[in-house]
Formats: sequence, C-alpha cells, structure tokens
Amino acid sequence: MTDPSPLWEVFVRARRGLSHTHVGSLHAPDAELALRNARDLYTRRQEGVSIWVVPASAITASSPDEKDAFFDPAADKVYRHPTFYEVPDGVAHL
Amino acid sequence: MYGNDFGAPEEASGGGLLGEVEAAEAALREAAARQRRRVPASDDDLAGFFAEIVEADQKIEPRDWMPEAYRKTLIRQIAQHAHSEIIGMQPEGNWISRAPSLKRKAILLAKVQDEAGHGLYLYAAAETLGISRDELVDLLLNGRQKYSSIFNYPTLTWADVGAIGWLVDGAAIVNQVPLCRCSYGPYARAMIRICKEESFHQRQGYEILHTLAHGTPAQKAMAQDALDRWWYPSLAMFGPPDGESTHSTQSMAWKIKRFSNDELRQRFVDMCVQQAEILGLTIPDPDLRWNDERQAYDFTQPDYDELMRVIKGDGPCNRQRMAHRRQAHADGAWVREAAAAYAAKRAVEKKEKVAA
Amino acid sequence: MNGPFEFTLRLGDDALIAAQRLAEWTTRAPEMEEDIALANIALDQLGAARLLLTYAGELEGAGRDEDALAYLRDDREFRNCLLVELPNDDFAVTMAKLLLLSAYQLPLYTALAECADERLAAIGSKTRKESAYHLDHAALWVKRLGDGTEESHRRMQAAVEQVWPYAAELFAPDPGAPVDPAALRAEFDATVTAVLAEATLTRPESGWAPAGGRDGVHTEHLSYLLAEMQVLHRAHPGAKW
Repeated sequence: MTDPSPLWEVFVRARRGLSHTHVGSLHAPDAELALRNARDLYTRRQEGVSIWVVPASAITASSPDEKDAFFDPAADKVYRHPTFYEVPDGVAHL
Repeated sequence: MYGNDFGAPEEASGGGLLGEVEAAEAALREAAARQRRRVPASDDDLAGFFAEIVEADQKIEPRDWMPEAYRKTLIRQIAQHAHSEIIGMQPEGNWISRAPSLKRKAILLAKVQDEAGHGLYLYAAAETLGISRDELVDLLLNGRQKYSSIFNYPTLTWADVGAIGWLVDGAAIVNQVPLCRCSYGPYARAMIRICKEESFHQRQGYEILHTLAHGTPAQKAMAQDALDRWWYPSLAMFGPPDGESTHSTQSMAWKIKRFSNDELRQRFVDMCVQQAEILGLTIPDPDLRWNDERQAYDFTQPDYDELMRVIKGDGPCNRQRMAHRRQAHADGAWVREAAAAYAAKRAVEKKEKVAA
Repeated sequence: MNGPFEFTLRLGDDALIAAQRLAEWTTRAPEMEEDIALANIALDQLGAARLLLTYAGELEGAGRDEDALAYLRDDREFRNCLLVELPNDDFAVTMAKLLLLSAYQLPLYTALAECADERLAAIGSKTRKESAYHLDHAALWVKRLGDGTEESHRRMQAAVEQVWPYAAELFAPDPGAPVDPAALRAEFDATVTAVLAEATLTRPESGWAPAGGRDGVHTEHLSYLLAEMQVLHRAHPGAKW
C-alpha cells in the first residue's frame, strides 16, 4: 500500500528572472493538492510567483546536502510584519 | 516554546531579538560559504567528520552521518516544538470569533494561521531525521510526546490574547532565537523563518495590551488581570531550574544548547520589566527589584511544582486541549480518506493511459 | 443614495458572515494544511468585508465605520444572503457552501471591476482574484469528496442538496444596482454544473427557494452568530481596541 499522503518538495520562483529555489516540503495526496497547499504554506498569497512541487520519492540525491529544507522569508500582508505595529517610544527588546 | 534545551545568541548585530535572528542567518550563510575542509576519509572517520562540522559552526544536513542520540534528541525537541505550535493555536483561536474589531480579528486569524504554518515547517524539519509526520501526530495524540505546558492555561478575556502575544511569544522568542544557530541545518533554517514571524506576534500582543492599558478603567483592569495570570506560567516556560534540568551537557557539546534555563529566564525578566513600565501595568511580584551587583533583576521564581503538575496532565486545560485535537483529527478522517482514494483512482487512470 | 449603499452593504455582509463562519474551522480542519487554506479564504473574505463596509459607511454618510456596521447592528439590519449564515456542519457542507458562494462572487466581482463606481471597481478588481482561488479550492474538494470514497460521496451529495435551495436568493433581480445579480445566473449555473458533473454528483432540482436575507429576515442561526461576534465589542461601549 502506498502512502496516502506522501511528501512533496516545494520550489518557488520568488520573482521573474530568478530560478526556482527549494523552500521546504509538505504532505498531500496528489499533485494538485500539493500545489494548492504549497501556495498557502510557502507563499501566503504573493502574486506572480511560480511554484513547482515534486514527489520527494522522485528525487535522487547525489550528495548528503541535497534533500534539506530551506525556508526563505516570505513577503506578506502588512500586519504580518513587525513594523506594522506601533511600539511606544522607548520600549526595548520588542 | 517549551522548557529550553537550546543554544546561544552570540552578540547580535542589529537591535533586539530580530537583529539576533538576522545575525544568525548571516552566520549560517557565512559558514555555508566557507569551503568544506574535507569529506570523510572512510566509514571509520564519520564521527570525526561530524565533530569537525559542529566544531566549525557549520550545519549537519539530513543525509550526513550523525550519532543516534543526536538524532533522537533532535526528533524529541523538534516534535515537541511542532506539537506546541499546533496545540498553541487553541487558546488564541478561542477569541477569533469574538475579536472586538475587524482589524483585530484579521490580525489574530493571521497569527493563529501562522502557528499552523510553523507547526508544519517543524514537522517537515523533524521528518528529515527519518520519522514520519503521521508517527509524530500519533505520539502527540497518544500523549507519548508533550507540548509546552503554557497552553494548558485558559484564555478568559480578550486581554489574554495580548498577554500571550507579549509574554508567551516573548518567552518563546528568547528561547528560540538561540535555535537559529542550532547545528542541525533544517531546524536552524526553520527557526530563522519562524522567529521572524514571531516578532510580529509579540508586537501585536504588546499593542493589544498597550491599547487596553490606556483605555477605559475596565479595559485596564482586564489587562492587569491578564498579566497577573500569565506572568508566572510564562516564567515557567523556560523549564525547571538548572539544578534539575536534564539533557544539558550533551546538548551543549552538540551546539543544540548554549544557555541554561535560568540564564534565559533572567534575560526574559530583564526585558519585561521596562516593557511593563511603559504599559503602566504591574508585574505581580513584590520582590522584583534591580540588583546592582548582579546587574540584573531579582525576582520570585515560578511554582515549579505547579509546572510539573501541568506537564503531567493536571493543568486547567490539558484534557480539553487534547480532546479538541483528537476530535479534529477523528472528524477529518473521512476527508483524508476521500482525498487518498481520489488520488489513487487518478493514479490508476494515468497508468492505464500509459499502458494503452 | 440609498441604492449603492444598500448594494455595498449586501456584499460586505456576505463577506463578513462568510469570514466569521470559515474562521470557525480554525484548529478544527480535517488536515493541518487545510486549516491554513481555510484561514486564507476567511482572511480574504474579511478583507473584502472591511473594504466594502467602510465604503458603505461612507456612502451612507452617517458616520458609521466598518466596526460600527459590523458590531452595532442587529440581525434584522444585516443584509447578507442566508447561504453564508448557515452553520458549517461537516466539511462537505462547508465546501458546498463555498462552491456556491465563490461561483456567485467571482462573476459578481468581475462585473464590479468594470462598473462606473470607481471605489467598487477597485474593490472588484482586487477581490475577483481571490474569488477565483476560492472557487478553485471549493471545486478541488467537491471533486475529491464526490469522487472519493462511498462515504464521502454520500456526504457530498447530501451537502449539495442541503445548500442548493439557498442559491436562488443570490440572483434575485435588482436592475438598479451597479451589478444586477440576475445577470450572473447563467455563468454560475455553468460553473457549478461542470464541477458537480466532474465530481460524479447529481445537481438537485430547483424547488424550495428560501430568501429574505436581503431584507433582513434571516434564519435563526444569524442571531447566535452575531451574539458571539459582537459580545465583547458591545460590552464596552465606545472603547478603542
């Protein structure tokens, strides 16, 4: 019996002109759902990005470093950024 | 997010905790850019190679050889951290439907959603160590792995949402920032991303309390009451005092941990005092005062017997939190089965097409 | 200026009540990834609600902002369709509701983007992209549940039958409005019919057509939803948050 919700590796093109970069992995029963989940989890509604999802089982690794999970910062809704909040004058360490 | 087991902030570049996260990220890139000195000479050399990587502040990656105890320690920590994110959605999620303005509702929903995302990043990091997410979820649901005791306290008023953001996320960040320099690559990278997002969480909490503390008398009382209830449980998040803490020495050697529970707890208290003053709220500790000799605040320790009771399952909300998670998992079973069945049918069709 | 105010209020209330219901799924979704997806959709609806209610308040000119409209009206003053206030029930019902709602909102917002009112046009051009995603998401799940297991097929068919009657209200003619909902029906039917067919589901016969939401005559559910949503805000009159 195959895994009902296998692992997928996610690659995102953050901006036009850049190549797809590995951003992490996720679980999904099929490619369509994997793509949808990747959008929600790794791009949180940035417009104009391109996403690839690849079954993790389809990756052949040549060296130790190749199956890791790298998480790039995501651009997001303004309230997701700390600078959105008013910090009263003089507050430190926040 | 639970009793700390982890590493250390070197002196930060920019200001504050976010600066430390960025410094950790820069250090990660810098270490990655350095030439790997050599590859293991033979299978007998694996432990030496591992030690050398850790010594050089470079990262251990998933397919590298690693000591079995290192792997197990990381799985335990990362899983516990992931579970904490998922269970931690509940106390704050409790106020989404009643958030007092549409702006606050949107922010809180986005924050709780972030926590689900953090949980998933961390489960993915744990999976690189050779354990599946299904196994980890089972361990949580069977009660064989824990989550942070703090989430076993109830959110009784809106101010509790503010207190969780300021104190609980604040304590979590103090605990987690050192993890951005953890020797295990996937965990360090996940923590960098998570810490950046948690900074928004802490600020939104502080802003809620600041607004309440400068609002009507009833709002200010609500804010003070929340601080009164969350202060000591937040201090307890750093885990038992150093004398009683397990897992320490080895984790230090592996660069998973560099600061003790008590050091981080002190750091948190020292940060909070001034922030509470600006809020105009009183930290519920009559013995809190500056110690010039130590250059730090003296403070009353949390009740560690209570911490142990809550960890063992007798906190106010342990049963409720676990029942909620189990219910959601059970209620969703038919949906997950349907998605798997649909995928299997499509896979068969594809094969038949190829064969034809 | 009652016309555009009333129209904008309807759209804003649809989005607000839909957001409130979708947000109830937080921490309860069938899978953690779906928790995040449903929160995204709820955030989109909430964002649309805030834009629409703010503008409605301006059109009204009585000094009411988004929060005054959301928190200080009673159920008889709400103008949302009945569909969005129905309880979430199981995941199939939630997806059936989302399918109907997004198949209505997508052509609505698309038409709105072309309307003469600049503010509404701007809102429409932002929200139509979001609606396209919501429709995509709902269709994806309706197909999986409809063509998944025996149990999921049974639940999905029952869900479609349960919510189908509430679609009629969405398309009640309103010739003076910036977009006449009656003009959207054909596109809605085409979209939904295609999804149901692919999902191996039977489209219910149209018959009973409950309505009244646009006139403030709701189901019994709305008052409970509002009681919960408004309780804190109303307990502290005039307070800032």
